[in-house]
Amino acid sequence: MHPARSIVFFTTASGAGFGLLALLGLCAPLGFLPESGWFAFVALAAALALAVGGLGASVLHLGRPERAWWAFSQWRSSWLSREGVMSVLTFLPTAIFGIGWVFFGATRGFIGLCGFITAAFAAATVYCTGMIYASLKPIHQWHNKWVVPGYLALGLMSGLLVLDFLVRFWMRRATGLALITLAVIVIAWFIKERYWLFIDTTSAASTVASATALGSRGRVRMFEAPHTQENYLLKEMGYQIARKHSRRFRPLARISGFLFPALASLLATILGGAAGIVLTGLAMASAALGLLVERWLFFAEAKHTVTLYYGADAV
Amino acid sequence: MTSLPAPRPGQKKLGLVIDLDICVGCHACATACKEWNASGHMGPLPDFSPYGDEAWGVWFNRIHSFEEGEGEGARTIHFPKSCLHCEEPACVTVCPTGASYKRAEDGIVLVNESICIGCKLCSWACPYGAREFDADEGVMKKCTLCIDRIYNEHLSGEDRQPACVMVCPVGARHFGDLGDPESAISELVAERRGRDLMPELGYKPVNKYLPPRPGRMQRTQPAPPSTRQSAGHASATEASTGDKLLRWVDRLLSR
Amino acid sequence: MSSEHQGAFAPAKSPQERSFLERLRSYFSPHEVIDTSPKISDEVKYTTCYMCACRCGIKVHLKDGAIRYIEGNRDHPVNRGVICAKGASGIMQQHSPAKLTKPLKRVGERGSGEFREIEWDEAITTTVDWLSKIRATDPKKLAFFTGRDQSQALTGYWAAQFGTPNFAAHGGFCSVNMAAAGMYTLGGSFWEFGEPDWEYTRFFMMFGVAEDHDSNPIKIGLSGLRRRGAKFVSVNPVRTGYSAIADEWVGIRPGTDGLFVLALIHELLAADKIDLDYLASYTNAAWLVIQAPGSADDGLFARDENGDPMVLEASGSLASATAAGVTVRFVGDAVLPDGRRAVPVFQLVAERYLDSSFAPEAVAEACGVPASTIRRLAAEIAQVAFEDVIELPVAWTDWAGRRHETMRGRPVSVHAMRGISAHSNGFQTCRALHLLQILLGTIDVPGGWRYKSPHPKPAPPGPKPAGRPEQVVAGKPLPGIPLGYPMSPEDLIIDADGHPARIDKAFSWDAPIAAHGMMHMVIANAAKGDPYPIDTLFMYMANMAWNSAMNTAETIRMLTDKDAATGEYRIPRIIYTDAYYSETVAYADLVLPDTTYLERWDCISLLDRPIGGADGPADAIRQPVIVPDRDVRPFQDVLIELGARLGLPGFTTPEGEPRYPGGYPDYIVSHERRPGVGPLAGWRGLDGNHPGRGAPNPHQLQRYIANGCFWKYPLPADQLYFKHANRAYLETAVMMGLVDSAKPIVLQLYVEPLQRFRLAAQGHGSVVPPAEHRDRIATYFDPLPFWYMPFEEARIDREAFPFHAVTQRPMQMYHSWHSQNAWLRQILGYNRLFINRVTGHALGLEDEDWVWVVSHHGRIRVPTKLMDGVNRNTVWTWNAIGKRAGAWNLALDSPEFREGFLLNHLISELLPPDGDYQFPNADPITGQAAWYDLRVRIERVATGEADRTAPLFNVIGHPGSLARPPGILRYFAGLDRRGSSQ
Ligand SMILES: Nc1nc2c(c(=O)[nH]1)N[C@H]1C(S)=C(S)[C@@H](COP(=O)(O)OP(=O)(O)OC[C@H]3O[C@@H](n4cnc5c(=O)[nH]c(N)nc54)[C@H](O)[C@@H]3O)O[C@H]1N2
Ligand SMILES: Nc1nc2c(c(=O)[nH]1)N[C@H]1C(S)=C(S)[C@@H](COP(=O)(O)OP(=O)(O)OC[C@H]3O[C@@H](n4cnc5c(=O)[nH]c(N)nc54)[C@H](O)[C@@H]3O)O[C@H]1N2
Ligand code: SF4
Ligand code: SF4
Ligand code: SF4
Ligand code: SF4
Ligand code: SF4
Ligand SMILES: [Mo]
Repeated sequence: MHPARSIVFFTTASGAGFGLLALLGLCAPLGFLPESGWFAFVALAAALALAVGGLGASVLHLGRPERAWWAFSQWRSSWLSREGVMSVLTFLPTAIFGIGWVFFGATRGFIGLCGFITAAFAAATVYCTGMIYASLKPIHQWHNKWVVPGYLALGLMSGLLVLDFLVRFWMRRATGLALITLAVIVIAWFIKERYWLFIDTTSAASTVASATALGSRGRVRMFEAPHTQENYLLKEMGYQIARKHSRRFRPLARISGFLFPALASLLATILGGAAGIVLTGLAMASAALGLLVERWLFFAEAKHTVTLYYGADAV
Repeated sequence: MTSLPAPRPGQKKLGLVIDLDICVGCHACATACKEWNASGHMGPLPDFSPYGDEAWGVWFNRIHSFEEGEGEGARTIHFPKSCLHCEEPACVTVCPTGASYKRAEDGIVLVNESICIGCKLCSWACPYGAREFDADEGVMKKCTLCIDRIYNEHLSGEDRQPACVMVCPVGARHFGDLGDPESAISELVAERRGRDLMPELGYKPVNKYLPPRPGRMQRTQPAPPSTRQSAGHASATEASTGDKLLRWVDRLLSR
Repeated sequence: MSSEHQGAFAPAKSPQERSFLERLRSYFSPHEVIDTSPKISDEVKYTTCYMCACRCGIKVHLKDGAIRYIEGNRDHPVNRGVICAKGASGIMQQHSPAKLTKPLKRVGERGSGEFREIEWDEAITTTVDWLSKIRATDPKKLAFFTGRDQSQALTGYWAAQFGTPNFAAHGGFCSVNMAAAGMYTLGGSFWEFGEPDWEYTRFFMMFGVAEDHDSNPIKIGLSGLRRRGAKFVSVNPVRTGYSAIADEWVGIRPGTDGLFVLALIHELLAADKIDLDYLASYTNAAWLVIQAPGSADDGLFARDENGDPMVLEASGSLASATAAGVTVRFVGDAVLPDGRRAVPVFQLVAERYLDSSFAPEAVAEACGVPASTIRRLAAEIAQVAFEDVIELPVAWTDWAGRRHETMRGRPVSVHAMRGISAHSNGFQTCRALHLLQILLGTIDVPGGWRYKSPHPKPAPPGPKPAGRPEQVVAGKPLPGIPLGYPMSPEDLIIDADGHPARIDKAFSWDAPIAAHGMMHMVIANAAKGDPYPIDTLFMYMANMAWNSAMNTAETIRMLTDKDAATGEYRIPRIIYTDAYYSETVAYADLVLPDTTYLERWDCISLLDRPIGGADGPADAIRQPVIVPDRDVRPFQDVLIELGARLGLPGFTTPEGEPRYPGGYPDYIVSHERRPGVGPLAGWRGLDGNHPGRGAPNPHQLQRYIANGCFWKYPLPADQLYFKHANRAYLETAVMMGLVDSAKPIVLQLYVEPLQRFRLAAQGHGSVVPPAEHRDRIATYFDPLPFWYMPFEEARIDREAFPFHAVTQRPMQMYHSWHSQNAWLRQILGYNRLFINRVTGHALGLEDEDWVWVVSHHGRIRVPTKLMDGVNRNTVWTWNAIGKRAGAWNLALDSPEFREGFLLNHLISELLPPDGDYQFPNADPITGQAAWYDLRVRIERVATGEADRTAPLFNVIGHPGSLARPPGILRYFAGLDRRGSSQ
């Protein structure tokens, strides 16, 4: 699949944004966060900026952005519509929760409830995002059980990294948070590794033979493509990453997305203070890079069944 | 409507049947489709960089070709492909706007261009590559099964067929109601054991492909004895040509 | 009308009128209302397609003045409603930005593309000025050559009227081997002049056909065969297109079909599976051939005092072969009145092909076809021919007046084209195929191969070429058309010393039976002034500076070559007529821009290459369906005007006035070639009731238009077969002016005219070949078919050039025409060199590797693609996809320039020298260009070498007047839904 920059950015940013939002909605009412209006403001602003920025990028990616409102109509069947609906729905409790928290310092009662609802909705939004991909049968690398957990874990992980960073401006030590972050990084990493293992060791049931209903005489292979030049299908779905590139990028995603953030978080927890801020900042930045690479790979390594008609043996 | 219409009893399922046994890969159905639809219901079908490098455009029908097998009995197969108007098309259900829909009355899968937002998700959801993005208008387009021909009252009955079916010089394309087991097209599918593409994905394509018939390498066996005998005779006994001519000496025929 | 699928979005209600709930509901389940019955067109015009030479009938739907849609005409005899990929892309041809817009006069150097736009007046005056001087002094200094046109009846007539022998159309580089072999053997031929009996054939063999001129009829026919379960065998080194749907693919090694076919004949003779009855009745099998080595008539037919050939009667006495009811012998010595020996043709046939050198085992390796396959195919043929006999319950009467209660046929048929013809042994290979057909008795019988009207003609047909030196007189027309069928050396177009008298050397000792001329030699010969310099080269619809040139680079050089002494171009003047900015336009001094096929009248005439079929004569017209938006003129109009201005007798009245003031449509209707015979055969006579022959009918064109622009005369059932010997048919043909007499047409197993040339080579007769030609003529003019190794293969080091290299026509492209077509060029924007996978791997190659392809003559750098369905010794590519940068108004980074390539750069127009004389790379009998004799080797490119094709020629500039190509094309006929027009 073609890794369109807007989509890579969108899914990564909105994942982090909704992850952070969920964490804020959950942790603030539970009192795990600094009791500072400024913190509330900054954290919420960051979460919303990421979420809205991501959504904005995805709207701009549309062929007809001015009609985007139509996308809320088909929540009964479409995960994309559901994601749209959920993302917007999330902003309703968020608004109440945010106003209460930022301006009135309230995190309990109705405001707290709104916080929990925000958390639930944000998680649901990320779940919908994951399902958009996981529901696509033509793409084996997406249509599998590791995708939704991956989206959820990575959203949570990136939210935590941002949170851990922000929290440190107000709290010298947030050991609990840091340990959770560390744990989530490990879980997310594990899921991602299992995902990679899965896509490396399995391929779709569909083959060029099933795609063409041929094969009784032996191996089926493409002789000529319909057009000598690339068409939309190939530009969009025929993106092929050379094996050596995926071999090169995966370590980058591993190190930058998981290993370094984990180590940095650990160290930040040990050192605390300004060093902690710097280290978590670095962890966050590194994870951002790593997750962009991870997300780019998520597209680039995905093989669509349509390529079976254009020379692929299996997908 | 993004949710699929509930199939009715005796549901009409209009679609195409493509005979891989006789398709010669001439691309006539591809350009006829382009020609008809350029000014048709989904037209225009734009072409980008049409006179330069990387020319590409919106086509609803494309002809692939494959080789199958090696050595004797292997074949080259031309393989036209357009929308299969699936019964369970995820291209419809994934659509967030309702632009992509399946018609209840005949099962044709269409895009309502006026509300399509061009998110391209339906093209990801189609396993067969039957959706075509119009980057000029920013909307998705696709084979309409020539909906502006098949019911067109300005056309005579025999012309109310998709452009690609009308044009095919070898008659490798058939159009009809695959929901009606008695229809000529359904009988053809039954007789030739028409196949689904990627049945494992469960989209239940309406269009069917008729597999190539086995080549009749040997039309009849064994070969007539006379030929084999005398051929063997010729090389085995090395009879002189003069001797062989003798058998015609007494063959007299009137002019 | 909208469909029953009504919804809340019905435009009948404006959004304001709908309730909120309605709107809400429609938001969640939006319905589209579709106009399922839009109006298609304001007007439908019938005409004839010309996206290729197949001549299908089309209906052009026009809407708001634009072409909405082009579809096939269901009633048309050629295509019966279908069209092909090209035909359906006609809109884009009409909208090509490469269309020429105005007459051009060259101002820069040739090839620079620098032109001045001029008015038609100036263009015509200039031409008349140039040509009138030539005609007044030495008419042969005008060489008039036409390519893909379908007006050869007009252009040939014009050339003859002008008085130049230097006229030909494209047949010489195309398929004259097929035409000549067929015309001398059957009085009809493969190519577009015959067809298998699609309806009844049960075993069909196709040799070397990728697409052919009968594009749609072949497809329609093949599909019928497969449906009926008839067996279809494709003999072709490549398994694509038609071969892909064959029951059996015989991946033969190029150039060896003759051997393969003669081995089939060997098997059939050995098994006595031949139709002696047919041979006795319709062929020269029983005619006696004089056996007197050394004498001047050795190998000629023994003739009686009337000049009629003789046969050996059962009784042992001699009889005239023209008499009916004679019982003949096929084998046995006859003693002629002068005491010499003669034997029947059949005996020579049997003696030759029973020889073990034609046994399957003996040829298998050379052909790359296992002996068992050859043997099995022979057996299958024999079985179908002799056990599946078809008998139609139709009574008919033969030439001798004998009534036959049924029409019996052996349902084996053959079709062949350029895979056979484009070899230097193509004439004899095609003869071998005809021999096979005749021995089986399958010519014009049910289930066999059938003549397409206006054939059969006598074998060979009458007219001999005009243009011998004494016939070329200043200011005078030639006594006939420059092309024809020589019967003996006396008919050659040579001077007293035996040197060629035509610029292309057709009908010279180089190629005595060059029945279609040798267009591929014109530029080379003219540039060398060999056999003489010319003044003006006038070309029409032929891309001679590119894909129809052999040795392209040298051709381009020759077009610009100057005489060092005078500084003049060696070919002083070039006039060219094209409709588009092709590679050749840039080399013209004067460009006469033509219309497109949708903008002009044309005539697909029985005098030329008509649309007649096996079931009757037919012809057709084109009518203008849209008005040109540029300052262009139909070339035929221009030619007729030039004829009048030059005062050519055929184009002026005795008073010196233009004879056809109404231009081409006027000519089509009023011209008479012979009394009552004109360009169109339909609706002749003042009342329009005379098919074939009759006075000109001023309303003829209207009658054609009313009938969908074609005319067809369906033959009655008793005339549909055995046309060569069918009295009723022959009388119809005489009545229509298709043949001169109702005498039977005797199929020629043994072609006597060839022997006359051979005798000349042995020194007999008044016209004998010069020494350097003798061996060649003596060897190749064998009156019975034989096989020899193609010349290039025989001359080069076969180890050094181990592969055959051939091209194929892509079904969706016509020669160079369609790279300017926005739709078609997306399908095939570049080509690859296809190599057998096993061979490729042995060479260490994978897909998309770049290689050098090297011939004895040149080298090209190209990308590869491996495949399985190709003979292991053969590489191939699609023809004419590569283009020259700057041509066709394509952007300079177009794939046609960077990755597309021609094999033509590798093909020499001359054979590697053999002694002092360099023979053309052509068939020795017909001069047919031997495109597919090419042998090559494959070399990997050095690492880091450029991934562009080579050679790359410098970019040709183009006149500024061409349209600026759009960056996005949004074709929509009329107003689109957004209300904008395209
Ligand atoms: N390597 C290789 N070379 C080959 C062959 C091959 O098989 N292999 N095949 C050979 C054969 S058989 C042939 S016939 C030749 C064909 O070669 P050409 O006769 O050169 O044919 P085209 O490329 O069709 O070029 C004809 C010209 O006609 C112009 N044209 C198109 N429409 C019109 C019109 O309406 N009016 C006018 N005035 N001009 C028009 C086109 O722009 C083009 O410039 O190629 C030969 N060359
Ligand atoms: N679409 C389209 N149609 C065309 C044309 C076009 O350019 N495009 N051109 C028209 C013209 S001018 C012509 S002349 C005709 C030609 O029509 P075809 O005769 O179909 O011409 P080619 O494409 O040259 O095909 C020759 C075939 O012979 C095979 N071949 C090569 N060498 C040998 C051999 O030694 N033995 C055998 N058995 N096979 C061999 C090649 O693989 C190829 O399949 O087509 C006409 N029709
Ligand atoms: S072929 Fe693709 S576009 Fe057509 S209905 Fe099926 S899934 Fe949808
Ligand atoms: S591109 Fe259009 S039709 Fe396709 S899913 Fe998106 S909105 Fe629906
Ligand atoms: S049915 Fe119509 S739209 Fe669909 S492929 Fe055929 S011609 Fe094109
Ligand atoms: S028109 Fe017919 S033969 Fe040609 S590619 Fe299409 S299906 Fe095949
Ligand atoms: S075969 Fe030739 S004449 Fe017929 S439709 Fe195609 S391009 Fe036109
Ligand atoms: Mo040709």
